[in-house]
Amino acid sequence: MLMLGMCPTLAVTSRAGNGLGMGLSTTVVLIFSNACISMLRKVIPKGVRIPAYIVIAASFVTVIDLVMQAWFRGLYQALGVYIPLIVVNCIILGRAEAYAKDHAVLLSVFDGIGMGLGFTAGLTLISILREIAGCGTVFGFDFNKRFFDGRYTPVSIFTMAPGAFFVLAFLCAFIRCKKGNSKGTGSFACMNTDCGKCRRCKGKQ
Amino acid sequence: MKEGEQLNLYNISAAPHIRDDVTTASIMGDVCLALMPSVFFGIVHFGVRAMFIIIISLATCVLSEYVYELLMKKKNTTNDLSAVVTGLLLALNLPPGVPCFIPFLGGIFAIIVVKQLFGGLGKNFMNPALAARCFLLISFAGIMTDFKTGEMMWDGSFLKGADAVSGATPLACLKEGESLHIPSMFLGIIPGCIGETCLPAIFCGAVFLKMRNVISFKIPVSYIVSFSVIVYAYGIFCGKGSGLSFVTAHLLGGGLMFGAFFMATDYVTSPVTDSGRFIFGVLLGILTAVFRLRGSQAEGVSYAILCGNMVVPLIEKITMPVPFGREKRKYGKTQN
Repeated sequence: MLMLGMCPTLAVTSRAGNGLGMGLSTTVVLIFSNACISMLRKVIPKGVRIPAYIVIAASFVTVIDLVMQAWFRGLYQALGVYIPLIVVNCIILGRAEAYAKDHAVLLSVFDGIGMGLGFTAGLTLISILREIAGCGTVFGFDFNKRFFDGRYTPVSIFTMAPGAFFVLAFLCAFIRCKKGNSKGTGSFACMNTDCGKCRRCKGKQ
Repeated sequence: MKEGEQLNLYNISAAPHIRDDVTTASIMGDVCLALMPSVFFGIVHFGVRAMFIIIISLATCVLSEYVYELLMKKKNTTNDLSAVVTGLLLALNLPPGVPCFIPFLGGIFAIIVVKQLFGGLGKNFMNPALAARCFLLISFAGIMTDFKTGEMMWDGSFLKGADAVSGATPLACLKEGESLHIPSMFLGIIPGCIGETCLPAIFCGAVFLKMRNVISFKIPVSYIVSFSVIVYAYGIFCGKGSGLSFVTAHLLGGGLMFGAFFMATDYVTSPVTDSGRFIFGVLLGILTAVFRLRGSQAEGVSYAILCGNMVVPLIEKITMPVPFGREKRKYGKTQN
């Protein structure tokens, strides 16, 4: 489980549409910046590579920002400042540093697609859960009025920041629990130093 | 015999060895008994509905503790009565007119999210009942601040005059600048949460806990005194009526007394050192006064206690007594 890009995760996922939009726009930026950085990987000097990555990412973010402003006005207004903030999203820099800087262009593009879609799926899942609990709607469809006659009282804390933390924490716990069960080995190092089950302990033995 | 069982045969610990009958269950049982006057008065004052809320909250807390520990294959701790206390405290902190799902949701949140997910009793970093109350207050602001009950048995009209019954709590009235009837506030014949209105019932419980040595009065006294001083000063300097009646109304009107004696003294979430308790009480007093006087909501006790709970580890760190014979560390200097 990669814990990157938590800032937009917590801020914009109060509605499913916003989560999806944020995820997709990040994906597009990630694909292009990965491709570009991979192309320029032999040109960029080691010492200034981080600023160079940021400049590349920033130019694609600006493109996305203007495109959204022109064609997706509502989404653009809902996401607000978090669109320009994609520049400093850890995922962009993280994948550039970890993958694109020493892999071929095509591979980097696919890495961007995979990472971006995973990020989109995560954001959308969180935002769907938050929207269901906090508003009684999914993608704006008011199932509360439709099926429950408006009897469900939305728990409005889920549309606020604490709700994002609750949902994120429960999802992480769920994923960890599932991963641990299916393989018999937790993907994380345990607190106990000699459990004999997790990766770290196995390495010791 | 397994290794683990052998270890349990010998109880090895450092001196001094003190033998005592006090257990978690006995302390929690005392707290339950101490809450009974408030429960009784709440039911008499607010009607059968209050009783249902208390029962739902109790049942939810105990059941969710039981079910969680069953699912997680942990030791069953429902016998130590801590979930019962949480359920009672939560119910007594709810308005009497709330729908049934409110105590239900609150109970689940208190036990599972605030208590069990952090490791169970003794490891929760904030008071579960209060955290649940704040969770509900943020989520259902309208429901949780609606104190109209319609079925109050004593509506206080015989004390105040017939047309004085309103759905607003004294604190809300204070915020609006209305005048209040102090004796009916003292007796608790006012709108409010189920357990917080009747002062004599709260004092009975507090004195009982003090006699059984369950709580010390350091936190409540420093809390109430510091709060009064600030509110008194505010009343004088900001021209909010003649000082004393303003202070009295603030002391009697909301959940301050209930919070000071039953919530702030919670073992897990309050400091263990004496000086730490004093600091904790004063901090709560300051926070409550600020929240009530300058905040957007009328009541500030629950947020103040939660904020206080957060800094308890820090308070304990700076007030931890030095063992005999060790040097006191103070900003790099050593004391002789």
